Amino acid sequence: MGVGTVARVEALPDRLARAGIERRTFLKYCGTLAAVLALPDTYARNIAQALQSVKKPSVVWLEFQDCAGNTESFLRTRNPGVADLVLDILSIDYHETIMAAAGHQAEAAKAAALAEGGHFVVVEGSIPRNDSGVYCTIAGKTAWQHLEEAAEGAVAVIAVGSCSSFGGLPAASPNPTGAVSAANIVSGVPVINLPGCPANADNITATLVHFLTFGGLPALDGEGRPLFAYGQRIHDSCERRAHFDAGQFVAKWGDEGHRNGWCLYKMGCKGPATFHNCPAIRWNEGTSWPIGAGHGCNGCSEPGFWDTMSPFYERLPKVSGFGVESSADTIGWWLTGGTAAAFAAHGVAKSVQRRVTHQPPGPASGTLESGPDEQASEKGGV
Amino acid sequence: MAKIAVDPVTRIEGHLRIEAQVDGGQITEAWSSCTMWRGIETILEGRDPRDAWYFTQRICGVCTTVHALASVRAVENALDITPPLNAQLIRNLITLSQFVQDHVVHFYHLHALDWVDIVSALDADPAATAALASSISDYPKSSPGHFGAVRAKLQGFVEAGQLGPFSNGYWGHEAYKLPPEANLMAVSHYLDALEFQRDYIRIHAMLGGKNPHLQTYLVGGMAIPIDLNSQDAINADMLSRMRVLLQKGLDFVRQAYIPDVLAVAPFYLDWAAIGGGLGNFMAFGDFPMGGANPSIAPDDLYLPRGIILGKDLSTVHPLDPLKIDEYVTHSWYEYEGGDTAPLAPFEGETKPNYTGPQPPYDFLDTDGKYSWLKSPRYDGHAVEVGPLARMLVAYGSGHEKVVAVVNSVLGTLGVGPEVLFSTLGRTAARAVETLVLAERSLEVLDELVANIASGDTAVHEGSKWEPSSWPATAKGFGMHEAPRGGLSHWITIKDEKIDHYQIVVPSTWNGGPRDGNGVGGAYEAALVGTPIADEERPLEILRTIHSFDPCMACAAHVIDKDGKPVVEVTVT
Repeated sequence: MGVGTVARVEALPDRLARAGIERRTFLKYCGTLAAVLALPDTYARNIAQALQSVKKPSVVWLEFQDCAGNTESFLRTRNPGVADLVLDILSIDYHETIMAAAGHQAEAAKAAALAEGGHFVVVEGSIPRNDSGVYCTIAGKTAWQHLEEAAEGAVAVIAVGSCSSFGGLPAASPNPTGAVSAANIVSGVPVINLPGCPANADNITATLVHFLTFGGLPALDGEGRPLFAYGQRIHDSCERRAHFDAGQFVAKWGDEGHRNGWCLYKMGCKGPATFHNCPAIRWNEGTSWPIGAGHGCNGCSEPGFWDTMSPFYERLPKVSGFGVESSADTIGWWLTGGTAAAFAAHGVAKSVQRRVTHQPPGPASGTLESGPDEQASEKGGV
Repeated sequence: MAKIAVDPVTRIEGHLRIEAQVDGGQITEAWSSCTMWRGIETILEGRDPRDAWYFTQRICGVCTTVHALASVRAVENALDITPPLNAQLIRNLITLSQFVQDHVVHFYHLHALDWVDIVSALDADPAATAALASSISDYPKSSPGHFGAVRAKLQGFVEAGQLGPFSNGYWGHEAYKLPPEANLMAVSHYLDALEFQRDYIRIHAMLGGKNPHLQTYLVGGMAIPIDLNSQDAINADMLSRMRVLLQKGLDFVRQAYIPDVLAVAPFYLDWAAIGGGLGNFMAFGDFPMGGANPSIAPDDLYLPRGIILGKDLSTVHPLDPLKIDEYVTHSWYEYEGGDTAPLAPFEGETKPNYTGPQPPYDFLDTDGKYSWLKSPRYDGHAVEVGPLARMLVAYGSGHEKVVAVVNSVLGTLGVGPEVLFSTLGRTAARAVETLVLAERSLEVLDELVANIASGDTAVHEGSKWEPSSWPATAKGFGMHEAPRGGLSHWITIKDEKIDHYQIVVPSTWNGGPRDGNGVGGAYEAALVGTPIADEERPLEILRTIHSFDPCMACAAHVIDKDGKPVVEVTVT
């Protein structure tokens, strides 16, 4: 019954039928994914075809300096449901939080999956490099060693959450353990960043499905983030934007504006500086999202946000990392006009900001399949 | 005689390694090591205390919310802020639903495979499984057809040859005792619980914007407004949707979780005499019934505060938070004054000092330092925290509901309270607690509705929101019962910034290494005497360790990188 001893032959239609998943449910799921990927409805058919023609893709999920928040988020995935995703659509061959095996049997399961190659590596948590990486070891080996090993022969490395995408909380000043992102370690294999604290389950699933459907990476921005999920500023698609434009701001927690869903900019909302599809897909099966619940965005999908977006209750121009000195009176002009052009090509804008604030670099450009410009036109083609 | 290592211990949060000496088919000595450290408290220094909850919540995404709550309580304690009653009730609702979701996930997804042999379920008869299920519960998905479909799904999964997360499990191990039908029923509920936990936790999205890592905590209250006439606030619609979810939670606990524990336990009653451990238990207590900060108002809590020593349920000792201190004798840190004496949280100092073997390594030097966890002690005692500690303290305190549910479970199994001091007792206590708290969640919702109906819509006490209103120095602590046990955050604020921050975490109490007196923590104590049938496949270690529900990301932390003394002010 060991893994790798049985031929992997069965296609998805048989698996779904045996699993009791109705075809209609499956197609609805594909439709949901198409929507998350910002594809036309007709692509649900392509997605369905792709999923049905492949054997279950092998996923090796590595947890390093993490909180398992991305794992928990992944387990909140919607239609057709987490049980079907975990058991019938993907083959989760290694995942410390959910796998039955422990100790050397767990490591053997991983070794078998890696030996076969063609797997996805999902990375959750940052990788410490100070003192040769002793700040995170598993089975007596460092996170650093584990990631280098697992990436070899992988189809892609998917960094879920801000810690594996950008170093995240462990890398926040003064970065006591020398924590870095997955892209800082991996070379020769494409790295996709799905930042967020945690990453949204819909975006994790959609990224995997995009790969299976179209045989390649989704188009990425300058920070290695898929445009389908990180292509728009939160501020531009926020349900409270009309209140911003009308000058209606929350001034105090629990005041009339707060009770009536006014703009949270003055309470420190970082939506104007944050690229993420939270307003569109929301969280927990579309139930809500932070701004919808009454608290500002903290910019959790941006590199270095722990340092550049905090103090979280300060208005944007005062935030140290933002690089713009401006009074509150001019903020309206600045947000609506001054930065619009810059953010339209935010891959460029963000790299400038990174230089200004001396943040650790994101993924090296060599790890991406193409540069920002080509990726943008790829997206246009879709 | 052999020394064995289990690394990684899976189906937990974080990075835990167990080394054990096995002699004559039994563990004679055990060492618990956390192998990951991030330094979050160091990162907190110099930042805005109002941001601390957002940072600390990221200590753990499984126990999401718990460090956020303990953090805002610590800052509120330091600055003498009392949040409005609505905020306390909303925090209670978030915490209670966290307990229900987290305990269900623990039982079915992290712990069940220690007792349930998935492969054996393939031999089950669906009709007999339906008969078994119907005999113990009115859970709806219990027909022969349903169990036939589950078995077919499992069959297909195994035959397809990609076992995924079930690869290399200890299937067929002689310590698995359940009949195939009970295994199949458990597999079915394992799958149902995956969907349940996702749907149920939407209550966190309603109240907190998202889960994991809710985003509506504030020092002084909550950022989710209340307005019955607004579509952007807690209104009648949201209250009724929350009620539906809370009721579904209670139904699942009543119809699946409790009956499953009662059905599985009789096959493993030998585990009621294994894994007892320290015999000392500590509960901070939680779920304030009024507006007061529970850190300083222990008489106002739904679950009581107290200490039980030497398994003596007849005496619940009072608890003084200032009697907590921590050793680093066997931890990869160093104290300026030497590593043999403990330091209290407010006086804490820590500097990382890795002295372990260079990776890759086979074994740690367990005579020296061997973990990123410290060894917290209460008044010199090593104590266990968590569901068992809470239920024992409540039971010993005469908590009416807890006494009734515990006695009912013990009566059903035909055993006395002495069996609670065990691996099985820990697992049963968690189930008991889930039922008690799922029922409590609906009562708290009623209280919230009643308070709103009385005209109170306040969610935030804002008079000390601006840092300019704060004293030059202040310090305080926040106590909370997280699902895994008593949690405390300790903050010192100086000139509007965090000067010093420390976190003493449940899994540090339970999973810490030996202290300066050579006394081990709860994991190490509980493993001694555990039988090991097959040293190559130490299933029994997983059973006892999982009964604690370890959370290592929470447990590993540091106090203060410079080890500088904190300012002296009176605790408010």
